[in-house]
Amino acid sequence: MAILSQTEAQDILKKVLSFSTADECEANLNGSLEGNVRSARNSISTAGAVDNVSLAVTSYFGKRSGTATCNQFDEATLRRCVQRAEEIARLAPESPEHMPLLGPQNYLSSPLSYAANTAAITPDYRARQMAASMQYCDTKKLSSAGFLNDSAGFVAKRNSKGLEAYQRFTNLDFSITVRTPDGMGSGYAATDFTDVAKFDAARLTAVAAGKASSSLGAKAIEPGKYTVILEPNALVSAVDTSLLGALAQSFDARAADEGRSFLSKKGGGNRKGEKLFDERVTIYSDPLNAEVPDLTFAQDGRPQQRTTWVEKGVVKNLYSSRYWAEKSGIPSLPNPGNFIMEGGTQSTADLIKSTKKGILVTRLWYIRPVDPQTLLYTGLTRDGTFYIENGAIKFPVKNFRFNESPIIMLNNLEAIGRPVRLGGNLVPPLKIRDFTFTSLSDAV
Amino acid sequence: MNRRDFVGLTGLGATALLLPSLPGFGAKLVDPSRLLEPGADTILKKRLADAALNAAKSAGASYADVRIGRSLNQYVFAREKQVQNIVSTESYGVGIRVLVNGCWGFASTSVVTEASLAATARLAAEIAKADAKVQKEPVQLAAQQGYGEVTWKTPIQQSAFEVPVKQKADLLLAANAAAMDAGANYINSALFQVNEQKYFASTDGSYIDQDVHRLWPTFSVTAVDTKSGKFRSREALSAPVGLGYEYLTPSATEQVRGPQGTDTVGYKLRYDILADAALAGKQAKAKLGMKSVTPGKYDLVLDPGHLGLTIHESVGHPTELDRVLGYEANYAGTSFATLEWKAKGLPYGSKEVNIVADKLQTGSVGNVGYDDEGVKTKEWDIIKAGKLVDYQKIRDQAHIVGQKASDGCCYAQSWEDVQFQRMANISLKPGPTPLSVDEMVSKVDKGIYIAGAGSFSIDQQRFNFQFGGQLFFAIEKGKITEPLEDVAYQSNTQEFWGACQGSCDQRDYRLFGTFFDGKGQPAQVSSVSHGSATTRFNGVNVINTARKV
Repeated sequence: MAILSQTEAQDILKKVLSFSTADECEANLNGSLEGNVRSARNSISTAGAVDNVSLAVTSYFGKRSGTATCNQFDEATLRRCVQRAEEIARLAPESPEHMPLLGPQNYLSSPLSYAANTAAITPDYRARQMAASMQYCDTKKLSSAGFLNDSAGFVAKRNSKGLEAYQRFTNLDFSITVRTPDGMGSGYAATDFTDVAKFDAARLTAVAAGKASSSLGAKAIEPGKYTVILEPNALVSAVDTSLLGALAQSFDARAADEGRSFLSKKGGGNRKGEKLFDERVTIYSDPLNAEVPDLTFAQDGRPQQRTTWVEKGVVKNLYSSRYWAEKSGIPSLPNPGNFIMEGGTQSTADLIKSTKKGILVTRLWYIRPVDPQTLLYTGLTRDGTFYIENGAIKFPVKNFRFNESPIIMLNNLEAIGRPVRLGGNLVPPLKIRDFTFTSLSDAV
Repeated sequence: MNRRDFVGLTGLGATALLLPSLPGFGAKLVDPSRLLEPGADTILKKRLADAALNAAKSAGASYADVRIGRSLNQYVFAREKQVQNIVSTESYGVGIRVLVNGCWGFASTSVVTEASLAATARLAAEIAKADAKVQKEPVQLAAQQGYGEVTWKTPIQQSAFEVPVKQKADLLLAANAAAMDAGANYINSALFQVNEQKYFASTDGSYIDQDVHRLWPTFSVTAVDTKSGKFRSREALSAPVGLGYEYLTPSATEQVRGPQGTDTVGYKLRYDILADAALAGKQAKAKLGMKSVTPGKYDLVLDPGHLGLTIHESVGHPTELDRVLGYEANYAGTSFATLEWKAKGLPYGSKEVNIVADKLQTGSVGNVGYDDEGVKTKEWDIIKAGKLVDYQKIRDQAHIVGQKASDGCCYAQSWEDVQFQRMANISLKPGPTPLSVDEMVSKVDKGIYIAGAGSFSIDQQRFNFQFGGQLFFAIEKGKITEPLEDVAYQSNTQEFWGACQGSCDQRDYRLFGTFFDGKGQPAQVSSVSHGSATTRFNGVNVINTARKV
């Protein structure tokens, strides 16, 4: 049931709209099949499956709106769902920020967002992949904890103004933490794919295991300002706040215009057009990127297309609601579904080779905002932190707490490496000078 | 920016964008009147549960449990002079957990019929069998008595769902007006209301029907100085509570004044949102011109609305046995408080530190009669006179620490998620001798009084942490002298609790809480409270967080 074809989905949505008596009506149909398996101590701890399809109907009478949902698709249920949305809409307060629904839109085609291989994953496949990962660690006398989650789904939209959208997607996420038996070494690796054909749990486990073994015997060195090489897992995370993720999510025009963002300008207005970062920094989003294919439409039906947010260090665009775009006369851009940071061709190993003295950071953790004015964040290194001298890793070091702003960080850029996929984004390793570590942590 | 999050939001409309971590997110939007309708009766639920349990046993389960859940939520959001959104959701379905060949399997369904539940039980068994082939450490489940047919309800005076939506929206708009009149430029306010109707049945012979209520009014005000480009915010000093709408009835006896010179007010089991919003507007504006802290060592006087978060991170999480054993190693981390560490009898803190875990405290958001694997809840000691004496554990962990029973802290955020170990309410006992907050401050030579929870971060084994706050005041020679900003303190858990000099007495005791404590893979949230009185910690490292960009 969960993965409806475009025709099946649109037939349901057409029927829904035919029952509407509202001024305007929109309907969204989502479905997904998900499966997961979790391990710890080289043993499986939990596993599960979720099958879900849901219809949401929003009806509008003037500036009033109401939404109702259902997950049965017989005619009587659909009719009741529309009626309930209309009842709620009549009772709702008027929204001063109401915008009329969008008419037909031209969406890009993104066939790469769905892979049949991924949609066909079974409980046995998950168990085999996790077994291979656990077996690798058994052989090396290491202890692992991992998580594999796969999903296949679709999103379909239709409204009474003629807008129509449909897209399928698949995704697989896997992450693994490997620890030494004495608990004094830890390594981490994570990956995600649209097409599971590229996935190999044991291969990724070997990366984490290597980090765990080589992080044994960490020495304490003084906190302070260091040149750091931040691996992609230290810049973006699918399970935690992240420095680049936080930056990419802060390009909201309204917050900037209202004076409550680092992009607010003294005296009013925003800093679009200003050069705020190193000129090598270019960040854009693109739903058609072959490595990180994404949905080609936003929640409110606006098309997603390649959009540049930062170009050569200059803020090029801000996203906003349709209401704020119209009110302030700016381009109407939805917030993006993915982000891509341009990089070079160097690997992390190449960045290490070119470093006289520095710290290699595998992963950052428990990252929380300290000051929204300066986008200052705090957090810690984790799962493998190493001292670099004369182009080589010399020894592992104890973990640090940092207090740093991605704005400062992207002005202290020494080098950019080759981007890799993480959390549906493309992220390069970065070499940054004067990164601020404020204290040491005994955590492994 | 994670695509899965985006996909999860699509279709729910703008509502969903406001709070992407809401537990009711997977729920269906419904007419508010639906929240007052009774759910299925216990006779029907027992019949459905038995169908699932019988199917599980037929599929080879040595143990099985069934959770028939109906989650009702309403969220009211207001911004400045407008109601931004009113979201009412209902989620109804069944989660079935089975133990087959020593391995757990779990599956859930929103189709609540005997046939569907039987099929879901068989799917859970199929998953368990697939994993059992590669499993090396079979699950050992502590014995648990069956309670037969029992019920429990949060002791509320008035269900928030029975209060007209307009009345609730008007209250938020009045709070917004109070903040704006007092000097704020912007305010976002919200009222979260939760009702979990939970029916649990297991092959142990329990049929447990519970009606759980939680409430959380909150807001964030912002003051902007356009000329300088500076902006500052102040959050509400309310707490999420396991109470009904009566929490929003102000009561002078439930207010606790901060130390003289701070103009702060804390709240016990009744909250005055209008007074707090007015104070927040004034204080956010005042923050635009405060003195930046000089970094160094200070004696900290921490109010319960602040200290609760520190307790949560530095005591609550590290004493969860699943973390200690490594089950969270790939996500939220492990713990310094290992079994070996505890066996050595190392001090967790000073002799003033007495911390209890409990699921019984009235008004707390963790208050339930039974947990999500059919264990009756209780109170027990975690730290006594500075020594760690016990962990928090569930049924499949008790044997690892040589115990025979669970502590009753198993929870799932909804019927469609598997239950696992979650934090009980973890609270610091108040001081045994009479001591007011003014008396505590009068003995501090160089210190800082901190109220309200702010920025927070701790490492994956719970050693090194950094906390901010909402309001900071300098203490010099026993007196509050001036407000400060850019304050955060860094410490190590053992050093921090070792520096604890004691707490004010029961009169000052209050609850801090959260609705959104995250853990597990797939990640789930749970609600938990932390009680304490204002407490003093000597010689803590304070940093200045101001930067220029």
